[in-house]
Amino acid sequence: MKEIVLVPREQPDYGLIAECISCDVFAGRSLEEIENLPVYYGNRRGKLADFFDVSGEVAGRAEEQRIIIDGNVTKTRWIGRGMSAGEIVVRGSADMYVGAWMSGGRIVVEGDAGAFSGMQMRGGELHIIGNAGDYLGCSYRGEWRGMSGGRIVVDGNAGAEVGQNLNGGVIFVRGCVGTFAGVRMKKGLLVAGSAIDRVGAQMVGGTIVVLGKVERLLPSFDFKGEVENPAAGDEKFAGRFRKYTGDHAERNAKGVLYVGDHG
Amino acid sequence: MKLILKNGFVYDPINGINGERMDICIQDGKIVEDVENGRIIDCSGKLIMPGGVEIHSHIAGGKVNTGRIMRPEDHIKNVFPKTGVTRAANGYSTPSTFLTGYLYSKLGYTCAFTAAMPPLMARHTHEELHDIPMLDKGALTLMGNNWFVMRYLKRGDVELAAAFAAWLLRAAKGYAIKVVNPGGGEAWGWGRDVRSLDDPVPHFDITPREIISGLVKVNEMLSLPHSIHLHANNLGRVGNYVTTLETMELADGAKPARERQTVQLTHVQFHSYGGDSWRTFASEAESIAKAVNSKDNVIVDIGQVVFGDTTTMTADGPMEYYLSSLTGLKWSNRNIELETSPGVTPFIYSKHSPVSSVQWAVGLELALHIKDPFNVLLTTDHPNGAPFFKYPTIIAWLMSAKYREETMKEVHRAAQRNTTLATIDREYDFYEIATVTRAGQAKSLGLEEKGHLGPGADADVAVYDINPEEVDPGRDYRLIEEKFARTSYTIKSGEVLVKDGEIVRVVNGRTLYVDAQVDESLERELMRDLDYYFKRFYSVNLANYPVQEVYLTNPTPIKVETGVR
Repeated sequence: MKEIVLVPREQPDYGLIAECISCDVFAGRSLEEIENLPVYYGNRRGKLADFFDVSGEVAGRAEEQRIIIDGNVTKTRWIGRGMSAGEIVVRGSADMYVGAWMSGGRIVVEGDAGAFSGMQMRGGELHIIGNAGDYLGCSYRGEWRGMSGGRIVVDGNAGAEVGQNLNGGVIFVRGCVGTFAGVRMKKGLLVAGSAIDRVGAQMVGGTIVVLGKVERLLPSFDFKGEVENPAAGDEKFAGRFRKYTGDHAERNAKGVLYVGDHG
Repeated sequence: MKLILKNGFVYDPINGINGERMDICIQDGKIVEDVENGRIIDCSGKLIMPGGVEIHSHIAGGKVNTGRIMRPEDHIKNVFPKTGVTRAANGYSTPSTFLTGYLYSKLGYTCAFTAAMPPLMARHTHEELHDIPMLDKGALTLMGNNWFVMRYLKRGDVELAAAFAAWLLRAAKGYAIKVVNPGGGEAWGWGRDVRSLDDPVPHFDITPREIISGLVKVNEMLSLPHSIHLHANNLGRVGNYVTTLETMELADGAKPARERQTVQLTHVQFHSYGGDSWRTFASEAESIAKAVNSKDNVIVDIGQVVFGDTTTMTADGPMEYYLSSLTGLKWSNRNIELETSPGVTPFIYSKHSPVSSVQWAVGLELALHIKDPFNVLLTTDHPNGAPFFKYPTIIAWLMSAKYREETMKEVHRAAQRNTTLATIDREYDFYEIATVTRAGQAKSLGLEEKGHLGPGADADVAVYDINPEEVDPGRDYRLIEEKFARTSYTIKSGEVLVKDGEIVRVVNGRTLYVDAQVDESLERELMRDLDYYFKRFYSVNLANYPVQEVYLTNPTPIKVETGVR
């Protein structure tokens, strides 16, 4: 793999729209072309080199391209938008929309990621080592067809409405998920260390597994007894779980919710 | 500004010009016989048509805005940054006002009518029209479920109904009488619909048949430029062609006051379905086309479906509810007091769906079975069948049997089995395309200065980079599709707005509305009645109801002598 390193200089005070930071866009271009790729901030247009020092080697194809963002980019948005192959590593925290519409390849954020990370992902892998913001793996505003494939792993916690409209793929949050995790979920798998409330509201399909505690469960879920080592998709979960189905506030709901903690 | 469009192939069906190589001269925003020292634009090897005229497109008003609010996911599909002349704009099936103007202009359109304006929403509609640049525009005004219209017609007082219609067009600054699911919109206020021409409307005891034939009479008494513009009952229902055929008979209710039809049945593709369930859903386009061919007072526009994701919006509230209950998608519904009840819901026309595939075929069947192209106008009922910027694709389908065959292979086999499309080998020529996209519309709307290139016409011209001597549309359909999407020049009122597919100048067009006056004593009687009913039933004061001209860009009243007394 060939590596391009972007060293962030001063970030603007408000969001920097940098959807050009993607292996699909970088591959096959010269360094100079990459430096001149457009970025937007406020109502102005600038170039990538205004905010990043660009160095390294360009690959011919996206599959062979790795992009390292060497530092915190807490105002940079849309990193890896629609990426189909290659790898991006952010050695710090990123702003909103990391890996939105991504269909392949891999993105690692070593710090935190902002809201809407992994929005409507179709494939590939997004790994956030810190915490994720709200709407992790959700659908775009108004869209009813959410994330449909790929895998999101968050080692920390995630905010509200994780996996909203989830339609396939896997979201794994090791820490706690905020309110309305898996809201309007149709397919796929959402796993969380623990959850607060309204888990699976309006879900009609798919599986949610909460390994630890759910503080308040919705009354529209039916308790179906305790199960040992349940499986969902390719994943197996060791231990005893309380099984629920729901959300029966919806017509013909076939969602499944496993809760691990008995307390 | 003087211009000479030199040496292009001109297609001007109203003046019978079929591909002749000639010069078009322009002076002071009008077409003239000859001009001295004009700027010369070389159009050799190019195709010249009058500027396109859009007769039925939901481009402004409450529904359109509701669609925009409901569908942020639609905006992000089509985003344009600002340029030196245009604003930033977005939207796919619900484009912003500015984008609507830009996109029409790139297609060579210079005039567009928004399809359904509830009079109570007229101010809002005109505020949106105000922000649609590049086009002359107007609004079809909803009257088919209006309490006053239904009351006057029920008691047989056609004169008062005519006086009301004339007043309403003036008040709403509307252009023509639009009728949507007559009676059904009012019944929807009670959770019901009307399913045949003889279903009575709750509390008004009038039937759709009486509303339609009454408004046909009213329209011809007022001698309005356009006929009534009718969205018939039972839109989108299986087996609805029976209702459509019955509705066509009502066009005979009055003699046309002008040289045009008495009824334009709109988006008739949605009204040409046979079968008795969704499983047996089939096309009855041939029966509808036969009826249109045999009548001289009915024309249709097709409301063609193009596959993809769109937003449906109509003043037909019960229909939108029905549609959203089929798809399970988000839905918006409104009650416009005494006037109408519109709805909005997204829809996806899929090539894998038997119903969508048949719908696609039905529209093309209609266009190809109806003999006289002046009787079948090209629309998509934007955005209901597809966004209007899909017109080039439809033009290519009409011009190429091969392209239709190619598409037929990709769609569900129901289109082959349940329609006659595969058996049709007719292909439109450029003359017929010019008819179904501009000349026919202008004639139907009674726009004497539009849709043609004779001296005295508005200097609205579209120049396409197609050489009809070299291009074979039957074979080069991809080229047709590409070239009709971007004009070489779009000229409006003598000004070049688009050059080589890019917008070079942004202007505000005129807003056309009908100013029809009736006898004073009749008007006084009407105002007494309105005063009483507005106080009792409307949420606005009568004095605050009419839209002032200040809301219109370049207001252009069209005076009509009615002689109604």
